[in-house]
Amino acid sequence: MQTSTHAQAGAKVPDLPQVQPQRNPGTALDLDWVAAVQANTSAIERRAKTLPGRRSVKKDWQAAWLLRAITLIDLTTLAGDDTPGRVRRLCAKARHPVRDDLLEALGMTGTRLTTGAVCVYHEMVPPAVAALAGSGIPVAAVSTGFPAGLSPLHLRIAEIEESVKAGADEIDIVISRRHVLTGDWQALYDEMRAFRAACGPAHVKAILATGELGTLRNVARASLVCMMAGADFIKTSTGKEPVNATLPVSLTMLRAIRDYGARTGHAVGFKPAGGISKAKDALTWMTLMKEELGDDWLRPHLFRFGASSLLGDIERQLEHHVTGHYSAGYRHPMG
Amino acid sequence: MTVKEIFETMDYGPAPEDARPAMDWLEGNDRRFGLFIGGAFRAPLSGRHFETVNPADEVTLAHVAEAGAADVDAAVAAARKAQPGWARRSGHARARHLYALARLVQKHARLLAVLETLDNGKPIRESRDIDIPLVARHFYYHAGAAQLMETEMPGQAPLGVCGQVIPWNFPLLMLAWKIAPALAMGNTVVLKPAEQTPLTALLFAEICREAGLPAGVVNILTGAGETGAALVAHAGVDKVAFTGSTTIGRRIRAATAGQGKRLTLELGGKSPFIVFDDADLDSAVEGLVDAIWFNQGEVCCAGSRLLVQESVADGFYARLRARMDKLRVGDPLDKAVDVGAIVDRGQLDRITRLVEDGTAEGAQVHRTAAPLPEGGCYYPPTLVTGLDPAAPLMQEEIFGPVLVSTTFRTPAEAVALANNTRYGLAASVWSENINLALDIAPRLAAGVVWVNGTNMFDAAAGFGGRRESGFGREGGREGLYAYTRKIPAATPRRLVARQGAARAAPRAGDGIDRTAKLYIGGKQARPDGGYAMPVAGPRGRLAGHVGLGNRKDIRNAVEAARKADAWGRTHGHQRAQILYFIAENLSARAAEFAARIRAMTGQQIKAATAEVDAAVQRLFTYAAWADKYDGAAHDVPMRGMALAMNEPVGVIGAICSDAAPLLGLVSVMGPAVAMGNTCVLVPSETAPLAATDFYQVLDTSDLPGGVVNIVTGRHGDLAGPLAGHLDVDAVWCFGAAELSAPIEAESAGNLKRTWVNDGLGRDWAGPDGEGQEFLRQATEVKNIWVPWGA
Repeated sequence: MQTSTHAQAGAKVPDLPQVQPQRNPGTALDLDWVAAVQANTSAIERRAKTLPGRRSVKKDWQAAWLLRAITLIDLTTLAGDDTPGRVRRLCAKARHPVRDDLLEALGMTGTRLTTGAVCVYHEMVPPAVAALAGSGIPVAAVSTGFPAGLSPLHLRIAEIEESVKAGADEIDIVISRRHVLTGDWQALYDEMRAFRAACGPAHVKAILATGELGTLRNVARASLVCMMAGADFIKTSTGKEPVNATLPVSLTMLRAIRDYGARTGHAVGFKPAGGISKAKDALTWMTLMKEELGDDWLRPHLFRFGASSLLGDIERQLEHHVTGHYSAGYRHPMG
Repeated sequence: MTVKEIFETMDYGPAPEDARPAMDWLEGNDRRFGLFIGGAFRAPLSGRHFETVNPADEVTLAHVAEAGAADVDAAVAAARKAQPGWARRSGHARARHLYALARLVQKHARLLAVLETLDNGKPIRESRDIDIPLVARHFYYHAGAAQLMETEMPGQAPLGVCGQVIPWNFPLLMLAWKIAPALAMGNTVVLKPAEQTPLTALLFAEICREAGLPAGVVNILTGAGETGAALVAHAGVDKVAFTGSTTIGRRIRAATAGQGKRLTLELGGKSPFIVFDDADLDSAVEGLVDAIWFNQGEVCCAGSRLLVQESVADGFYARLRARMDKLRVGDPLDKAVDVGAIVDRGQLDRITRLVEDGTAEGAQVHRTAAPLPEGGCYYPPTLVTGLDPAAPLMQEEIFGPVLVSTTFRTPAEAVALANNTRYGLAASVWSENINLALDIAPRLAAGVVWVNGTNMFDAAAGFGGRRESGFGREGGREGLYAYTRKIPAATPRRLVARQGAARAAPRAGDGIDRTAKLYIGGKQARPDGGYAMPVAGPRGRLAGHVGLGNRKDIRNAVEAARKADAWGRTHGHQRAQILYFIAENLSARAAEFAARIRAMTGQQIKAATAEVDAAVQRLFTYAAWADKYDGAAHDVPMRGMALAMNEPVGVIGAICSDAAPLLGLVSVMGPAVAMGNTCVLVPSETAPLAATDFYQVLDTSDLPGGVVNIVTGRHGDLAGPLAGHLDVDAVWCFGAAELSAPIEAESAGNLKRTWVNDGLGRDWAGPDGEGQEFLRQATEVKNIWVPWGA
């Protein structure tokens, strides 16, 4: 067997849990760099299409990878009918995502296994913070007029500040798609800078809403500008666009992350969101991360899934691994 | 490792494909195979067997029969016996058989894939996702070709028995490329798979039986080089199709010279992979993975020669090296392996030696970081930078996972470097500027060009090369013509061998003496040797003199023709106007030409006038074709288009018919010039004065100098230098019977295309004297793949 631990050209982030990795401080806006970005759609699609056939994890490896996938999930509820009770239930699931008997059978006893975060709207931040107290699980809040991002700028900034004040550790902002579509990179950069500043110590994930950006080249350019403006993560989608996380879009963003890392030395995280609901999808995305960016991007400080139903499928697959029988959804506690 | 440990390391584990069904199939055959002849397996008359080995672990998989001369006789006889009946069936009946083969390949897809990987060493992902689906696709496409043959290819007949020899790199896929079109067009085949990889061909033989294919339509002879040599040289074979090395291809060309066989060769390559500064560099890097690390680089059209624009070269190399370190080399049956085993130890040693010898001075070598498996035939993916075009590694085909690279400054320099090779198979062009990419693609000496892609194949698009990468196309319509012949309208007359030059009796001149010269580069030129050749008229009387051309005149004429290659970049409309103008000027002097023909041949003036008139008409025909012989946009399974462009062959040398002094010359000049070729014409040996008069017509018709060159002289003296000239791209021969064999033999030097008459005459005045057959010979089809996506 071989290992593949060579980092891609780019920053190698120390993989020690007790060390807080350095955040991406951003750079000046480099419009020449932005203008030089190319993304060949059909070639990117070919790579994305063949990738799932090029790598395969089976048996114990599959189980281990799925357990890892759980730690990468931003367990999410973004519904108009969310209530504190609903959020508390979700947080309980985040603390305790897999049945103990399964963990024991997998030899994972003693390993603290939680989801990467819980992701909610602003109003649900306080119940989430309360429910997760002492767990170490961060609360992420979608913000800035999510999902369209078309409320007044000062209100969007104020929304971030309110959520941070309420205890959110991570803020998922939405960019103004119009700045990308009109090529106003300066405006996009300034907006992102302002959001980042408003976040203070909270980490900021920039949602590009790639389904509304028109082209992969726009995706690549928007990715770069947001990283230059100090995004800690770039994220594909709100989950509310007609097209959400796809492999070609993800590949485009990962290459931008790699390019940015190679030139600046700063590691930026990635979060695909929307439509990733199967264990097999999770494995495909993890393979993509490992192949394109390296093993550091299989850790929650650099990679998250935005997902609500993914965990359920993973639980069923884990039980199948343990028992040899296909599982049923009702056998696993709901979130 | 425990789940908990893997949870921390996040390594890949083993993901083996189960080999048991394939092993069971081998066991079911006692790991010993006979020859598939006349619909049944039989023990070889040679009594010999050889081993086929899994290169991943060098364990013997099976013993396979080695066909000897008597076995070849038996297989060819079986194919011969089956051929008339197979050809007589309706296209629909043949289509049903090909459809059955396609379906059965799909039904047995996984078994075929695993067996292919066991025998060849290629990763299971590739045999499963690429080879076998393309095999099925090829049979589907050609089921359709059989179905449509009667309506879409009227006047075409099968060739007969095809002897086909295929390589070890894509064993079953190459089998499909050979067998499907041959069968579709009503031929029967004797196919020899490579000795390293015979197993899937043997399983395919079983599939033929399952499909109910009539006995003898497909015969499979296993064996090594000797078997292949016996097959291609066999007198009962009408067509030879070979895919493999240029060395063997050249040997086959020489061995079959003068045997009257049709021949297609798909040979080696050193295909350029051109990256411009405005390319999506990450995608281009990924393209290289599919170009040179696909099938361990054992791909004739592998993008093995990276040409990258100097301004982005360093960054590009850095990305490429990082990507290389992610490649996983190992057990070909592992579903997560990118690069499998080299086909055998011999090939591994060859790669090793070439790279060792080639990287001695100045070159930087990068190899993948991952360790190679213990045992088995493995070679690490390798990048060699810092090479000059003169370095052997930049010129020689390595046929392994080794990429060599150099840089260029401008588009023009990229084209020059790309074409600085004896090969001409494929090319990749990477640029986001469609304006640039579509300008570069037609300028590359290659049969296939991929824009922002690589190694794309489909049965609907022809595949094949130029130069020493061989000739002929497989796939597409052009591939069908490689397995058919035109049924002549008039039964061709057998030409007799020339009886030595007729001696002309001296005759008192009755006017001012005229001196016919050679016509080279748009100028009249004295023959280099300084000798003249008398031209005999009727009853041995002297009709005049022409220059006695020699090899140096051929050299000068070819040089002039090459220099005039801008003709190939003119438009059809422009070429048509000039051809019409030539016709107009010839017509104005019709009486003079008729008198000249009569003076040389003794024909009645009416017949001579008819020949001139026919020549004028023929010029009109090719003027008409000049802007109408369109290419095609193929429907390939890709978002984009595959453009089949008809390009000029280049410099065509032609030995013209003795029989029709003017019409014979015009009939070869017309299609050559109309399609943008430049040419060196050797006119009728016995009656050359119409040709020397004709250059005056050319001179007054705005034809650029060098497009048509005329060298008079003895065909026997000029055919050799023309056919052996390394800067001539094709030679046609319509001359005396004895010329075909030496021309085909001499052509082996640069593997130029040949079109010879095998000693059969042609009715120049009738429909056989013109048409699409001539246009196909005057063009090379280049398939340009242009995927797109906003």
